[in-house]
Amino acid sequence: MTAQVPSSLPPNPDPCLNVEITPELVAQHGLLPEEYENVLKILGREPNLTELGIFSVMWSEHCAYKNTRKLLRLFPTEKADKDSIGQVLVKAGDENAGVIDIGEGWGVAFKIESHNHPSAIEPFEGAATGVGGIVRDIFTMGARPILLTNSLRFGSLESSQVKRLFRGVVSGISHYGNCLGIPNMGGDVYFDDCYEGNPLVNALCAGILKHEEIQKGAATGVGNPVYYVGPGTGRDGLGGASFASRELTEESAEDRPAVQKGDPFMEKLLLEACLEMMAIPGLVVGIQDMGAAGLTCSTCETASRGNSGIEIDLDLVPQRETGMNSYEIMLSESQERMLVIVNRGRERELEEVFEKWDLHAARIGEVKEGDRMVVRQKGVVVADLPAKSLTDEAPVYDQPTKEPVHIAEAREWTVDSVADLKSYEVGEALGKLLAHPTIASKRWVWQQYDHMVLSGCTVKPGSDAGVVKLSIAGIDKWLAIANDCNNRFCYLDPYKGAQIAFAECMRNLACSGARALAVTDNLNFANPNKPEAYHMLKECVKGLADACSFFDVPVVGGNVSLYNEHGDGAIDPTPVVSMVGLIDDANQVTRSFIAQAGESVLLLGGLPHELGGSYYLQTQFGKKEGRVPEIDLAAEKKVQDFLLAQISNNSVLAAHDVSEGGLLVALAEMLFGEADLGLSVAFDYRGNAGRLDSLFFGESQGRVLISVSAQNEAIILQAAQEAGLAAQALGSTDDSARFKISVEGDEVIDTTVSSLRETWSQAIPNYMK
Amino acid sequence: MKVAIIQFPGSNCDWDAEHAVNDVLGIPAKRIWHKSRLPTETEAVVVPGGFSFGDYLRCGAIARFSPIMSDLKEFAAKGGQVLGICNGFQILCEAGLLPGALLRNDCIEFRCVNQPLRVEDSNERFSRENLGPTLSLPIAHGEGNFRADDSVLSDLEANGQVLLRYDGNPNGSVNDIAGIRNPSGNVYGMMPHPERAVESHHPVQDGLSVLNAFFEPIQKTQSVELSPS
Repeated sequence: MTAQVPSSLPPNPDPCLNVEITPELVAQHGLLPEEYENVLKILGREPNLTELGIFSVMWSEHCAYKNTRKLLRLFPTEKADKDSIGQVLVKAGDENAGVIDIGEGWGVAFKIESHNHPSAIEPFEGAATGVGGIVRDIFTMGARPILLTNSLRFGSLESSQVKRLFRGVVSGISHYGNCLGIPNMGGDVYFDDCYEGNPLVNALCAGILKHEEIQKGAATGVGNPVYYVGPGTGRDGLGGASFASRELTEESAEDRPAVQKGDPFMEKLLLEACLEMMAIPGLVVGIQDMGAAGLTCSTCETASRGNSGIEIDLDLVPQRETGMNSYEIMLSESQERMLVIVNRGRERELEEVFEKWDLHAARIGEVKEGDRMVVRQKGVVVADLPAKSLTDEAPVYDQPTKEPVHIAEAREWTVDSVADLKSYEVGEALGKLLAHPTIASKRWVWQQYDHMVLSGCTVKPGSDAGVVKLSIAGIDKWLAIANDCNNRFCYLDPYKGAQIAFAECMRNLACSGARALAVTDNLNFANPNKPEAYHMLKECVKGLADACSFFDVPVVGGNVSLYNEHGDGAIDPTPVVSMVGLIDDANQVTRSFIAQAGESVLLLGGLPHELGGSYYLQTQFGKKEGRVPEIDLAAEKKVQDFLLAQISNNSVLAAHDVSEGGLLVALAEMLFGEADLGLSVAFDYRGNAGRLDSLFFGESQGRVLISVSAQNEAIILQAAQEAGLAAQALGSTDDSARFKISVEGDEVIDTTVSSLRETWSQAIPNYMK
Repeated sequence: MKVAIIQFPGSNCDWDAEHAVNDVLGIPAKRIWHKSRLPTETEAVVVPGGFSFGDYLRCGAIARFSPIMSDLKEFAAKGGQVLGICNGFQILCEAGLLPGALLRNDCIEFRCVNQPLRVEDSNERFSRENLGPTLSLPIAHGEGNFRADDSVLSDLEANGQVLLRYDGNPNGSVNDIAGIRNPSGNVYGMMPHPERAVESHHPVQDGLSVLNAFFEPIQKTQSVELSPS
């Protein structure tokens, strides 16, 4: 049944909200004229200012995905193979985060989310509240958070502004995550001029729960009370969701009130109180984080999911500032708040938990019949809207596309356009790559993160994937996590670039001994109204979706961040791919560092031969160009299957994928563990068409380095041959502490490993002194 | 229950401590909420790490006023065994159960690494003979810079109250001090996390000997072996 729809609302108790809705006001709220026409049609009358604000945030790109909703349908959201592990229990978009099965009645909830725009303005608070938001999404599902990672992108560290952003973001993440006591397993950090002024801060959280503990964000059961829990509402973060749906400009700093202020202590209390409350059988009906668009989003989304109406009274909302009007309360993005619907008659059980944790638990309304979201203040109805119209009737756009000129140029590129290295120049080129902040050690970052709390850290940050033991659930399994996205490839060939991001992420998991289960992605792109930008977005999504389908690894959630532009530049397309994988046996946990002398180093997948898009072209010539390496998903699968099979035989002592910087960088990195080792490799081949640069620094895909015992070398090479996989022994580790490379008898590098390690480990600290 | 792990709002190593003591060492342990009384059967107390009360004001400055603290002080005064780890160490200093204070790391940043440590011959339990001359244990703190005035410091050194020193000082602590005890040898505090270094998947396992040394008085008959996980 439908409640009576008012033909007009009474005046708002705050006179300054009783203004005429002009086209200018509509435009200021980021709504297009045709979108406003739609609002009029839905309401059958003019909205008041509070309602306009509500439509503005709910129909923003951040909440409504209006430019990407169609594209996102390309992603597989379930596993095709219904018998395998990793079945999707909660699908992408259905709840606050997706959940997958990991066996024995346990599930993992995980999701990545961006906080790019706030971090560009206020790096510390922006990054901190990014962590806070994603953690709430996970424990809202009923899951105990067990790990964090981040994907970070910054401009060149030569710039003092970038250093300020980098330092602020890392300390904001450190501050918030450490206080919560959730291990941060690192993640990835890239530095590229395209992110100058528009850094990317993507935060991921994963949590663990029993299947029966999964919570829903739906308001059901007419008469059930609606509670507001957490600290009071202030004026911070007003309209943050619509702020994040615009380009950054010089004036963006004036939007500072749109950046939220985080309090990790409050979040820790909220986390523990909510988990304690959700553990009480049958108490909680629905629960939803007040994140983007705060009280607005949580009330209309829970009502919409529950096919119910909802009514709230703003006089009952805890407030930490006086004189807040309905517009401010509804649009505030004050942090660490939740909306909870409990079964009628059991209110005391909720209240007792929150009293224990010294948090507000205010009953602000109840679930109603019908479909209206009704908001009152001072006895007056200040908003009365059909809840579903806000969540389901947001406009959906398919923007025009146009392939940018640079993509065609990249396709036509040939290696002949750059001069090859002389053999005596190889060592210097390697040094430049190891010193590039994208490739250099990220210890400066992850030593600021508590990665060992909760006692599960098994492979610490710095290896191909972070690995945590699921001790807190009392199960003998390990969860591996990796993030990847090389923006250079995505810029030069968006389709292939996104597939490479997927393949590399999955390969990183395989190198750690983990089988990939599912993906969460963060699509960071420029202004979708520009046809070139939309083309790259569309191609990246297609590439990623095809890779997900090929490997039967579904997407269970994620985030879209558009309008990542600043001044005269846009970011490169950056579809960050994050994947979780499972390891069943302690012996299969594998690291990227070689521990002992006398181990044989083998290359799986064949010698690299493609230089296009490589970091070498950047460090040597300052160029972002070239034909992106081929990505053959079947070949990729063959390499990864072989690698995992050898790991499960306990034959692999260390494994590392060949990625940014190419083969020599990957070989050197394997020596940067705790042992002081040497390595000699004698190549009897000068590379494709005699090109040393492509052989040593090309970033051909599907390549993995493994170290094995000397006696296993022949067996593994034989097994590879039988599997139809190119594999070769490159050399073996020794006690010399030297890194020696020769080609056809010519020595090209003979240096100490410690000097390479120094270059690699000191690059970022030197910038950040 | 033999061991009480005190849980303050903002504690976040309480589960880790309970897991290490209960599941790994096999000594019955339970988390006790800060508004509760200390159970009468308590034989030892661990004040775990974390950010009690959000580290507002100063680390540990608010926790010292928690209801359970009067029980804890009485327990310590009667000779009960108390171990403060990281934020727990800070709380014990603020509560006056251990001397000195822990300030912001001199590097300003939070530090989470495996930290090499030198063992001092403090008493029979905390000795080089018992623990070995050096250890490696995880540290994870932003405020571990131990400070005390000169007379307190010379007393600590003269009485052999220093348990552990950093090898390569990560935070600016005076005399490289990483952990201390009270004069009577029943209250212990340290910045490193022994509870994170007890299982085979942990980066190191040196926490076992440290925890065994602490629990020795309540655990004389049982020796603890590394669990096979």
